[in-house]
Amino acid sequence: MPGKAFRLATAAAVASLALTACTSNTPSGPAPGAGGGNAASPNDGPGKKVTIGFSGPAADHGWLAAINNFATAEAKKYSDVTLRVAEGTNDASMQISHIETFINDKVDAIVLLPTDGAALTSVATKAMQAGITVVNVDREFSSSFAARTTILGDNYGMGVSAGTYACQLVKDKKIADPVIAEIAGIDALPLTQDRSRGFADALKGCQQTVDRRVAAQFTVESGEAAAANLLQAAPKLDIVWNHDDDQGVGVKAAFDAAKRAEFSFIGGAGSANAMRWIKAGQMTATVIYPPTQAADGIRLARLLVQQKGLSDLLQVEVPRRIVLNAPVVTSSNVDKYLPLGFES
Amino acid sequence: MTSGSKANRTLGLVIALGLLCVVGAATAGERFASVDNLLTVLRLASVIGVVSVGMTFVITGGGIDLSVGAIVALSSVWATTLATQSMAEDFHWIVMVGCALLVGAGCGLVNGLLVAYGKIAPFIVTLAMLAGARGLAEIIANRRTQIVRDQGFVEFFGGSVLGVPVLVLVFALVAAGGWVLLNRTTFGRRTLAIGGNPEAARLAGLKVARHTTLLYVLLGLACGIAAVMLMARTTTGTSTHGGLYELDAIAAVVIGGTLLSGGRGTVVGTVLGVLIFTTLTNVFTLNNLDTSTQAVAKGVIIVVAVLLQQRLANRAGESHAR
Repeated sequence: MPGKAFRLATAAAVASLALTACTSNTPSGPAPGAGGGNAASPNDGPGKKVTIGFSGPAADHGWLAAINNFATAEAKKYSDVTLRVAEGTNDASMQISHIETFINDKVDAIVLLPTDGAALTSVATKAMQAGITVVNVDREFSSSFAARTTILGDNYGMGVSAGTYACQLVKDKKIADPVIAEIAGIDALPLTQDRSRGFADALKGCQQTVDRRVAAQFTVESGEAAAANLLQAAPKLDIVWNHDDDQGVGVKAAFDAAKRAEFSFIGGAGSANAMRWIKAGQMTATVIYPPTQAADGIRLARLLVQQKGLSDLLQVEVPRRIVLNAPVVTSSNVDKYLPLGFES
Repeated sequence: MTSGSKANRTLGLVIALGLLCVVGAATAGERFASVDNLLTVLRLASVIGVVSVGMTFVITGGGIDLSVGAIVALSSVWATTLATQSMAEDFHWIVMVGCALLVGAGCGLVNGLLVAYGKIAPFIVTLAMLAGARGLAEIIANRRTQIVRDQGFVEFFGGSVLGVPVLVLVFALVAAGGWVLLNRTTFGRRTLAIGGNPEAARLAGLKVARHTTLLYVLLGLACGIAAVMLMARTTTGTSTHGGLYELDAIAAVVIGGTLLSGGRGTVVGTVLGVLIFTTLTNVFTLNNLDTSTQAVAKGVIIVVAVLLQQRLANRAGESHAR
């Protein structure tokens, strides 16, 4: 008798699970890759057919997903580009085998955002030696022989931008003894250390220091927990810089739950969420870490294979190294940056 | 003897937690010893606490579940899809809660059936569920963060009743329910018997496979509850929720005094274990210490707490029985 009841309960649970098949997410957001609206140049006209292999980390984070989306969307704009996308992975040895496949397939160029720059250097060098143009994105190789061109965001510069903006706020608002807090990302990553170093260096410029520092894990949940503890640690805050807008969703949830808004809230990365909050006056600013790097990497790879230069430079060759700026988005310029904001 | 040693085990934990509070009060003063901070710590402890109480049952019953974090992620994602949310809009946010609980319990059921009737080691089954559930969560959410739009839901679970946050109340209810279930019911006694010696339990006429399945369903349900709490705390559902919950929950359960090989379990110990970890993080943040130091301290505390507990339990065992 109880056995029957149990079987019935089981069947009911399975059935109701099937009924709650609420896994649809259909109205997906607008496709990214709208681009910065820069003027077209003769470079954009169709040229020699180019096959580009693209490999990046697993898109387990809004920014990384945006990197992939921008890249594939950019490649579609050019009729002369065939893009081969290797499945994103966080395993260096898996990514090495992806690159080896690209080498065997004799692609014209490889755009590579390595899971770990040093670990992918030797296979990238091998590709270069095989005559394939390698464009290194975001995380640098340990040898300059491994890539023709490197395009990267500026993590240190991101910290500097945030710190400089914080100094500006202190000055404008005439805060006598400001309490400045920092919510970092994963502390073990060099990029987090660079961001924090830049922030501290810029604050030195106006004789300020970071009074409170907590670290999260680039996830919403960890951001919420870190922020909740931070609010307890500091009964009054003047400026908070959060490294990452993905974890920022959790950080903001903690602020809202505690009904704390006495401080200026600065974000990082530049997600669409953050930009919408800035527009609505719920956030002060965010510092962009461009999610368009890989898309630009694909543009550069195409130019390199077609032996064209950058149209706005006198020099006929594509530069060796391009470091992207980390601008501050505030309510006064948010409309300009909104098309580049990524959904997280 | 058992009751004496059990009390002493708990005493060890209370001492450890007390020491931690003394350190907190000494270094951070009023910022630590305030009602607000207490509620912050309890709120932080509540989500992982609910999972850990569920985990206590599975471990006591001789099993293990590595998939709890993934189940929390999947439940939170499933309950916040546009489809679920628009159903919730038309009806009531209880739809989201129901969805999360069903998904959690459903995952637990799959785990349980595979362990009990498929005769596969729980370590393997739940390792597979860990990979599978998180992968499914990523597919459903398309790796996006899904924002909870229903303000009624956020306000209800984010609110307080008589000054106590709803999340803390949920944790308290789950813990109290868990204590009664384990210590005061046939179900609890069967769990202990099966965890201690499944063969003997079977010979004594207990339906071991069915009971084991129920334990995993129970834990899955706890994960569903945790997902709802997390959705309220973060106002989101994402596939990254519940990261490393399996380790946090198992650590809290083991520190609490539940035997990893089964047959002995304590809900009170688990709750204390969770509180020790959460208080530790809080004390460190209040003192502005970095995460690496926190990790080292966490490791030390795990060892010290277990050592302390064993010493006290052994002493009690000697003086009491023999």
